[in-house]
Amino acid sequence: MDLRLTSTPATAAERAAVDGLLGPPPLADGRVASGGHRARARRQQLLPALQALQDRVGWVSPAGLAYVCERLTVPPAEAYGVASFYALLATGPRPATVVHVCDDIVCRVGGAGARCEALRTRVGPGLDEAAPAGNGPPADGARVPAAAGWVPSPCLGRCEQGSAALVQRATADGPALRSLGPAPLEAVLHVLAGGEPLAPAPAMSAPQAARSPRDPGLRLLRRVGLVDPASLDDYRAHGGLEPLRRAIALGPRGVLRELEASRLVGRGGAAFPTAAKWRAVAENPVQPHLVVGNADESEPGTFKDRVLLEADPFAVVEALTVMGVVCGARQGYCYIRGEYPEAEARLRHAVTVARQRGLLGPSLLGSAYAFDLEVRRGAGAYIAGEETALFRSIEGGRAEPRNKPPFPSDAGLFGHPTAVNNIETLLCVLEVLRIGGPAFAAIGTGESTGTRLFCVSGAVERPGVFEFAFGVTLGQVLAAAGGIRSGRRLRAVLLGGAAGSFVGPEALHVELTFEGVRTAGATLGSGVVLALDDTVDAVDCVRRIARFFRDESCGQCVPCRVGTVRQEEALARLAAARPLGSTAAELDRLRDLAESMRDASICGLGQTAAVAVQSALRMGLLPAASERPR
Amino acid sequence: MTARPLPIPPRLVTCSVDGAPVAVPQGSTLLDACRQAGIDTPTLCYLETLAPVNACRVCVVEVEGSRTLVPACSRPVEPGMAVRTDTERVRLSRRLVLELLASSVTLDRAAPELRRWIERYGADPGRFGPPLPPTHPRDAAAPGHHGAVLVDGAEACHQPVKDDNPNYVRDYARCILCYKCVEACGTEAQNTFAIAVAGRGFAARISTEYDVPLPDSACVYCGNCIEVCPTGALAFRGEHRMRGEGTWAEERQVVTTTICPYCGVGCNLELHVQDNAVVRVTSPLGHEVTRGNLCVKGRFGFQFVQNRPGEG
Amino acid sequence: MFGAGGGTSSYEEAEACDCVILWGSNARETHPIFFHHVLRGVRRGARLYVVDPRRTASAQWADLWLGIEVGSDIALANAMAREIIRAGLANHAFIARATSGFDAYAAAVEPYTLARAAGDTGVPAEAIRELAHAYARADRAQLCWTLGITEHHNATDNVLALINLALLTGHVGRYGSGLCPLRGQNNVQGGGDMGAIPNKLPGFQDVETDALARARCAELWGVEPPPTRGWHLSEMLEAMDRGELTCAYVIGENPAQSEADQGHAIACLAGLDHLVVQDIFLTRTAELAHVVLPASASWAESEGTVTSSERRVQRVRRALDPPGSARDDIEILCELARRLGCDLGDPRPEAVWDELRRLSPMHRGMSYQRLDQLGGLRWPCPDDAHPGTMFLHERLWADDPAERGAAAPFTPVDFEPPVDVCTAEFPIRLTTGRRLDSFNTGVQTGGYTSPLRRGESLDLAPEECARLGIRDGERVRVVSRRGVLEVPVRADPILRPGLAFMTLHFPDEVATNQLTIDATDPKSGTAEFKATAIRVERLGPAPQGAPAAGGEAG
Repeated sequence: MDLRLTSTPATAAERAAVDGLLGPPPLADGRVASGGHRARARRQQLLPALQALQDRVGWVSPAGLAYVCERLTVPPAEAYGVASFYALLATGPRPATVVHVCDDIVCRVGGAGARCEALRTRVGPGLDEAAPAGNGPPADGARVPAAAGWVPSPCLGRCEQGSAALVQRATADGPALRSLGPAPLEAVLHVLAGGEPLAPAPAMSAPQAARSPRDPGLRLLRRVGLVDPASLDDYRAHGGLEPLRRAIALGPRGVLRELEASRLVGRGGAAFPTAAKWRAVAENPVQPHLVVGNADESEPGTFKDRVLLEADPFAVVEALTVMGVVCGARQGYCYIRGEYPEAEARLRHAVTVARQRGLLGPSLLGSAYAFDLEVRRGAGAYIAGEETALFRSIEGGRAEPRNKPPFPSDAGLFGHPTAVNNIETLLCVLEVLRIGGPAFAAIGTGESTGTRLFCVSGAVERPGVFEFAFGVTLGQVLAAAGGIRSGRRLRAVLLGGAAGSFVGPEALHVELTFEGVRTAGATLGSGVVLALDDTVDAVDCVRRIARFFRDESCGQCVPCRVGTVRQEEALARLAAARPLGSTAAELDRLRDLAESMRDASICGLGQTAAVAVQSALRMGLLPAASERPR
Repeated sequence: MTARPLPIPPRLVTCSVDGAPVAVPQGSTLLDACRQAGIDTPTLCYLETLAPVNACRVCVVEVEGSRTLVPACSRPVEPGMAVRTDTERVRLSRRLVLELLASSVTLDRAAPELRRWIERYGADPGRFGPPLPPTHPRDAAAPGHHGAVLVDGAEACHQPVKDDNPNYVRDYARCILCYKCVEACGTEAQNTFAIAVAGRGFAARISTEYDVPLPDSACVYCGNCIEVCPTGALAFRGEHRMRGEGTWAEERQVVTTTICPYCGVGCNLELHVQDNAVVRVTSPLGHEVTRGNLCVKGRFGFQFVQNRPGEG
Repeated sequence: MFGAGGGTSSYEEAEACDCVILWGSNARETHPIFFHHVLRGVRRGARLYVVDPRRTASAQWADLWLGIEVGSDIALANAMAREIIRAGLANHAFIARATSGFDAYAAAVEPYTLARAAGDTGVPAEAIRELAHAYARADRAQLCWTLGITEHHNATDNVLALINLALLTGHVGRYGSGLCPLRGQNNVQGGGDMGAIPNKLPGFQDVETDALARARCAELWGVEPPPTRGWHLSEMLEAMDRGELTCAYVIGENPAQSEADQGHAIACLAGLDHLVVQDIFLTRTAELAHVVLPASASWAESEGTVTSSERRVQRVRRALDPPGSARDDIEILCELARRLGCDLGDPRPEAVWDELRRLSPMHRGMSYQRLDQLGGLRWPCPDDAHPGTMFLHERLWADDPAERGAAAPFTPVDFEPPVDVCTAEFPIRLTTGRRLDSFNTGVQTGGYTSPLRRGESLDLAPEECARLGIRDGERVRVVSRRGVLEVPVRADPILRPGLAFMTLHFPDEVATNQLTIDATDPKSGTAEFKATAIRVERLGPAPQGAPAAGGEAG
């Protein structure tokens, strides 16, 4: 490809960062050069290469970007389009240390609003709050960035800890990303002052798993807190690898039969039958097949996959291996969100160990099956959790979703037939193999089989991941989490995350099954159960959701790109009691926006961007909007 | 005797559009079916010569059994599909797309059909309040963050015209992000990739790397982006100047098709002539040699026959 | 090829083939829209190979680039042929049925081992082998070339070497497989089609041997053209030199600047008894003329046709009124004829075209009306119902020997290095070419502002600049065996040390053709613009420690 690159050379640090990932550059040859298809196929290394720059020097400079482009044969405008898409990549100079302070819906219940206000007072505005923002080419007069800065962040997936932050620090050695959790004001200030981030507290992420004796009803959480997540032997000692052995013995068809009998459906939100998805890939005549684990868990209020990845990473590797065997794939990817550095490290360690021990590679457990797994890190984009957007992200593009059909089973990652599931679903597959499909189907209710993980957070006594057989009611789930925090009254529950809906206390009896919540006009989504008590500013929560969707919209389609802006503006006007026209006109506008976003957006983000807002309006959570026109 | 391998005759697929059966060759899109049925379907990001990106969503239709509306421009017809193009849902989404665009982008140089559609769907461009400039420079917006939410009107894409080269100007306040220019500069035609979509969400914009001026970018001034721009965001510099002066008069222009005077490829040029001067050069989309694409010489190298001094 | 002078394939076939070789062609810059078709092929999976001394913009798209020594094309082609034969990849079925002279060819290429070719071309044997195998194994392959093949003293041999490869592998006469010489100007092909070459009447009918064609001319023109070939431009210049040619009428050409060894060309033109120049500008040649006839531009101010590199005849139309007293070429010619006592009437361009259709069978089906309706037609198009011809020589694949017709001959050729040899005194090989935004001597492209244009420069490898102690942008003196000029240096990483590059676009500032050699291919009349031996001298004193420029052998 005839690239035109800036002539400014990359710094030694930048080259070292990129070469560390890609190996040393080939020697120039004045006589022959091979580029073409082979060179362009390296595009999929783009995001890792940009991350290597970001991790090492704290931003993606024009010269650094050009060096990546040269190495990977990527046009710089496209690479910039990718770099400027992801929130964890900076395309302008930034402080070497940046603390991403969560101010999303759950942390707001824990006082994130006040924490950010305190930071504004004591440190200054967040990086992207000060105009102009920290992106763009260095202005002349080269703004010298301070040593450290902070920036408000969408949900970091540490909701059970009450407050969360992510530290991003440019470094030549050691992890560039580290979680802070909990992250009270003092902890954030400590890091901003140059202090080392303290390791995240070994939180009681799964209160059920901490109980002794262990609850025999725990299936997906059965090893959480029990095994050493770094030890394959410990994993094996706790039942690990039995499911894989059984899958190999059964063969792909046998496993599909078990999955069909189990009636397992995906836990990512769409509730699609797993057996049908895998079968479609397994039987697709087009080769090669690929499998993908979607660990880009970014729905605000969701943290269950993080807990599984941190506590039981070998199970994830094993489940993806089973998926590869069944789907006829020799290569798999696990895409894990960038905000989960500890989970990523554990998963990478597990993959390395598994490879060393022959559990990944050309012959699984001595069988004829071959499979290998590559871990990819996200870079700060909720939309990358949408499966087609996730493919594009792995391929080295902007995480823009595309229309379906074609479905991933026909044209997925790199255009190949691909099966993709989230982590909870994958662990369910291990359980199906452990106890058999019919036994799995016997758990739960008629339409919803097996167990489900719930991410209980907000105004409860004991937030965390809870596992229940389907059929449990909302009230029982909240009770298991210790009920509403002391002395307060439940006002509303956000079910399913930002893309879900609010329900009121009258819904406590609702069974949290697919069919049960559907009847209640809600959705299970990613299993979020966010409790809001009567102290919580519901208007603020709804506006934060609107802001979230606006910030996370990829910008491709008009209904979502502009509609999320107009929705946020209308809510701001309502909150300020300055409706355009009348309140009724604003409500009309919001309803029209909701309908067109739901009907005409490309992907689930736009399609659900107004669901929570509309449910809040229906429940009367927005007082200004409840006033009918005089 | 001249043969190219004959394609296997396409099978016909039958669907229904607004109740009437329509048979189209397999692989046709719903838009093809609608057009065959004589139904005027609005499109903005669609162009025959480019792979559909279905980003604008103004062509959505209702397909029986589909949870959401589907973009007609890219969805292949399947046998038995029942398509509705004028339901309440369709009309609402089309109206909203037009209102949302009109509230954020200057559309006065868009194709005349757009005005017709705005009228047909009863779109009220002022519905979301008067368009306001963004609070931050759009090219510096960080992904995942935005400035204070405005309550006095609708945040818009207004920004200064980018006038950084002698050949054409980029007025992104008119850009609806249809992706056509990116596609034409990229894999669909030119493969130069001087521009791409940068940023995300409402701050997504067409940009060179780090917003460098075009002369510092990979741009080779083929102008294939101008050719496909539906809103006048990209324009010949002369046209931009004449429009500013009020001397641009399309009704007085005569378009003559001829062949490029340079290399031996034989590209078709359409010379738009006003007052005995070439004011714009295009290429016919339907011609198999160019498919609407030219190089810098064909697009801009016409000055040697003009007596007036070069644009500059 | 094999008779008619035109590319065998159409552009769209580049989209449908498995392998494209650009040989001596930087189509990305010189034929950008053709390259679009190549890229569509590449996007569909075709492999692209580029043979070019420079790692050009085209080469940067290639799956494999072979940076050969300037002028070593035949060494490469013959070695590829030997490798293809030895590897059992020759298409013997095709060779047996449709070609002649294979055995002699096979014997002729036998000495061209990969090792020898590696020595002659500078390209590793493995790369040559890869290219040979890729071309031979492809189901459909396009072999395209431009001036990198034809601007050599042995241009015709170069072309024959490529044709031999196509015959060897059967890559001709099928959809997707063919030979594609890309024409440098919008109507070079049309000029040949119309008979503006020394030995052809319109439609490539041989003036010396085709009595029927001559008779057709006689019938229409009232006079039979003499059955003797004329001169091509280089021969004309030689004839001027000898004093044999004393009067010239130059229409729309600028030989004072476009010919190799410019000083010599100007001397020849200036020495004429009478020089008439008909052009749209007062070119350098026109400045030498006794009479200048201001013409309307053939482009945008005139009606007519041109023919493209895929043999597509297309209409050009008038869009503008010509300036001042400029008149249409046809009008001037007819007026001149009238003054010379021959009334040709006052024909419209369409009437002239219809006369041509009567003379040239391959154009017969191309009425203006059909050309308008069908977006042009590709010759041959013998009658009004004929759709035009996508690719030539399909007959070679016919089962019926009668239909197959005459066998296509292999023509063994031998490698001869360029005439202007590099020595210790002239150690650097200068080659010439075009840039994207400029055209030939810049007469037309000088009229518009291009942000890409940087003016003339001597492009050298950055390593060479460093070795010679020359800064980027520094003006240097360039000396060849024929001339000397000054020009700024530009360091360009697409060049290797020992190789330099200039264009011919800015002759008024830098007359590159003062350096070039007029060693000319005897058959085509093209000079060896592509291979000049030069040395580079610094104008100022050499910086401390830097070796004296140019003096040592490369």
